[in-house]
Amino acid sequence: MLTKRLIACLDVRDGKLAKSVKFVDTKDIGDPVAKAREYYDDGLDELVFYDITASSDERRIMLDVVEAVAAEVFIPLSVGGGVRTVADATDLRLAGAEKINVNSAAVQRPRLIDECAHALGNQNVVLSMDVLRVEASAAVPSGYEIVINGGRLRTGRDALAWALEGVKRGAGELVVNSIDADGTRDGYELTLTRLLSEAVRVPVIASGGAGTPAHLVEALTEGAADAVLVASMVHFGDYRCSELKQALADAGLPMRMRW
Amino acid sequence: MPETVIVDYDAGNLRSVQRACAEVGLAAEISADPARLRRANRIIFPGVGQAGSAMATLNRTGLADALRQRLGEGVPVLGICLGLQISLDHSEEGDTPTLGLVAGETRRFHFADPTLKVPHMGWNTLRLRQPHPVLKDLHEDDAFYFVHSYYTVPSDPAVVLAEATYEQPFCCALGKDNYVGVQFHTEKSGRAGLALLARFAAWDGVFKAAAGEANRAH
Repeated sequence: MLTKRLIACLDVRDGKLAKSVKFVDTKDIGDPVAKAREYYDDGLDELVFYDITASSDERRIMLDVVEAVAAEVFIPLSVGGGVRTVADATDLRLAGAEKINVNSAAVQRPRLIDECAHALGNQNVVLSMDVLRVEASAAVPSGYEIVINGGRLRTGRDALAWALEGVKRGAGELVVNSIDADGTRDGYELTLTRLLSEAVRVPVIASGGAGTPAHLVEALTEGAADAVLVASMVHFGDYRCSELKQALADAGLPMRMRW
Repeated sequence: MPETVIVDYDAGNLRSVQRACAEVGLAAEISADPARLRRANRIIFPGVGQAGSAMATLNRTGLADALRQRLGEGVPVLGICLGLQISLDHSEEGDTPTLGLVAGETRRFHFADPTLKVPHMGWNTLRLRQPHPVLKDLHEDDAFYFVHSYYTVPSDPAVVLAEATYEQPFCCALGKDNYVGVQFHTEKSGRAGLALLARFAAWDGVFKAAAGEANRAH
């Protein structure tokens, strides 16, 4: 039986791990390669690296991190942050990333999704979307708006419409990150997650807001997500990956429990 | 010079496979040269992408002929994902004639249930249908990482080594003589996947499929 996935997201800035709260205050929490190895050994199903380095001069550092992780961690590895061209995507792929996440640059230039899908295959292109809850309007009928540049810039674009367009252009998976929930540890945005998961026929990863194992269970049941993404919960040692997976299995969800 | 060659035909990132091989002590060279493939004593035939363009490249470069020749000479070959799918006679993807190393065809998943997503993406367990040296010591809870929209339907059920279930059971590992193919990405399947690669590295290429109806029983 196909299992649900536990995915950990590691934000990397200048080669070091960082974790943001509501996308503003970021603090370093250690060596990304060591963390990746620790999670792999503890049963994590998939890793996402997000490069939040401000300067493009530092991109080489990120490629080195990806390469070092890919040499010792044998689970799917997804990388995003600053992917603006197929060449960026290809560099990351060669360094060892399976999947490439596109976000802001795809909103600004949607053909980036088509180009990456053509070059890498749909299944390797993940559309990551940062979503803000707003008043429903003519432009944003779902009441969920796409924001970019780490949550700082509202786009006036409807999240549901963007998800559908992204999949049509070739995205093979969606990461749905709620800006409202991110870093709060109050739980995922279940309404949003379910809305998008039921609208598309590609896997949807719930992101933002996880604080307890029960939140993960909710996202995979009420939220209809295929996978859950965690960060703070595991980075600061509150929970172990194996412990979270056990909690999900105990709740009756199909999980990979041998590693 | 490594005796193992990973066939490079512009179909995805082969370094993941090479890294996983290195992890289990198998030195493998990535090569797009048919002459190099003809000297290989062990071949890994991976791939991600589209059947039509993959076949065009394999035929144009002469890699298809080299692979057929070496397989015929008894060298152990491991097909992975697209490498498995195009090892059969035909793929529904772009209505493409494929290599014909194993009789059968590759079909697309079609589901009536709209909640089932395609591709089949994620970790899934296997159900063994018959013993094979490369799948030895597999535990029923061992999960492997899958990403695919097409699946193989061999003509002879006796070549099916294992099935996975995504709405319905489908063949996810098959074996015929010195050829073994897996649908999942064994290089990205944690320790279970590495263990499979290690067994392939040690395999002499000898396998006799259980004959007739005996192995078709559940």
